[in-house]
Amino acid sequence: MAKMILSMDGLVLKEIPLDKERLTIGRKPHNDIQIDNLAISGEHAAIVTILNDSFLEDLNSTNGTLVNGQPVKKHFLKNNDVVELGKYKLKFINDTPAQVAPDFEKTMIMRPKAKVEAQAQTPAAPVAAPPMPAPDIQAKAAAQTVVGMAVDKPGDDKTVKSPDLAPAPAQAAKPAAPPAAATAAGQQPVSAVIQLLNGANMGKELELTKTLTTLGKPGVQVAVIAKRPHGYFLTHVEGANFPVVNGKTLDPQAYSLEDHDVIEIAGIKMEFYFKT
Amino acid sequence: MKLQEALEIVARTDPGIVRGHNEDAVFADASHGFVVLADGMGGYNAGEVASGMTTTLLSTSLQQVIDNCQPQELDPASGKRFSHVHIAEQVAITNDSIFKAAQSQPQYAGMGTTLVIAWFYENQMTVGHIGDSRLYRLRGEEFSQVTRDHSLLQEQLDSGMITPEEAKFSQNKNLVTRALGVDPEVEVEIRDYDVLPGDLYLLCSDGLCDMVEDDEISMTLQTLQNNLELAADQLIQMANDNGGRDNISVILVKVRGDFAAPVCWWQKLLAWFK
Repeated sequence: MAKMILSMDGLVLKEIPLDKERLTIGRKPHNDIQIDNLAISGEHAAIVTILNDSFLEDLNSTNGTLVNGQPVKKHFLKNNDVVELGKYKLKFINDTPAQVAPDFEKTMIMRPKAKVEAQAQTPAAPVAAPPMPAPDIQAKAAAQTVVGMAVDKPGDDKTVKSPDLAPAPAQAAKPAAPPAAATAAGQQPVSAVIQLLNGANMGKELELTKTLTTLGKPGVQVAVIAKRPHGYFLTHVEGANFPVVNGKTLDPQAYSLEDHDVIEIAGIKMEFYFKT
Repeated sequence: MKLQEALEIVARTDPGIVRGHNEDAVFADASHGFVVLADGMGGYNAGEVASGMTTTLLSTSLQQVIDNCQPQELDPASGKRFSHVHIAEQVAITNDSIFKAAQSQPQYAGMGTTLVIAWFYENQMTVGHIGDSRLYRLRGEEFSQVTRDHSLLQEQLDSGMITPEEAKFSQNKNLVTRALGVDPEVEVEIRDYDVLPGDLYLLCSDGLCDMVEDDEISMTLQTLQNNLELAADQLIQMANDNGGRDNISVILVKVRGDFAAPVCWWQKLLAWFK
């Protein structure tokens, strides 16, 4: 469960578990967390927790609420966020990252009825709490998470082992990139290139950085090279003729390219190879 | 141009690489001009029962409806287009069937499904949806999401509680606020859109859009729009390469040409007199 650690001048005063859907902070005694200090408004802020997500809301306090030094009205709390109210600091700890993925994949309904009731109970809360999922679903979800974790690790290891992969793929940089992207980085230490062997652009190199790269002439013959975690695959897209690799005509199936394969598409010959 | 010539449709569904069974269901009928996608949920195998019932019931009833109706005309009783009236009616019937099955059979308790349906007629389409399955459109180079999810996350985004950046980290991506078959009544969101030749429509379950970034989907569709089967396979492959945590369903509808119904000479005359 997520918690807040209340401190002032570096001294820890209290640890507050976020066990309620809505927790209020203020100077007056009716608040869930009372901070008796004149810099704190009577009703200063509230923390709304829905399953594993917590939101901080400033209740139009006189002196405002800061998160990591920035004034906020509403904020989606992330692990280690520091909330400041006057001289007081509240550190948000959500040390259940294992549950980040748990029911990511399991679609569940938030029943409108439950939603209305929850809204009635907490008129100020902008969103309602969903009903707790059935225990069996939770258990199943937890099991799925374990699988996900196990998959994560080898990917991470590989990334560490080959730190010289300098240009990490764009995918890995994206925050929402799934763990497989990291695996991809580990398995593809080299970039692949296509070099034209004849025609007007003879000698020209084309680096295969995108997920999909098309080759050929639209309307005549087009093929595509898909970059996947375990290699590069050539597939026919349009036209009566299929691509030829090393003198053999391909079938409609994707062909896994190997180093120094010679591809022929729409009369143009090109060589596929890995660049080190 | 006849509907089945104007519309090129490819439908695919894949269990993904984590789950053992597929709770998604897809249906496509180019000659009647409609496609249906459902993503089922609820314990054990009930999710696939709900989504399977949805595609089967909706497809058979809509085929009958479409054979004898003018979807673009207004219903005198409600003032709405017939397409809206029929979708609302058939969805209500389907909802009722699923709800009753869930009530009467304990192993189906709590089952439900999301739904996206697109009905093409007269160079237009009517889209109905419930839950977090989506419809996207690629027009020229512009790729946009047409439907808005009925999900807790979308509500949080709309109310400004979280930013799209924060939404990517959210842990309740999977909470839908509406679903078919979980309550005695359901409200389906129905809207009309103009359709242009060259448009490419993508209907998908959250197994695709949670695993693959919109930019990547857009690029794939633009690159492979002349080979829809390959495009659909590629999308599923990308979702699986990224982890394939959920079932992945994809329906692609490419508009090859104009599909306005031919107008008879007497209709023209009638219109001229009006």
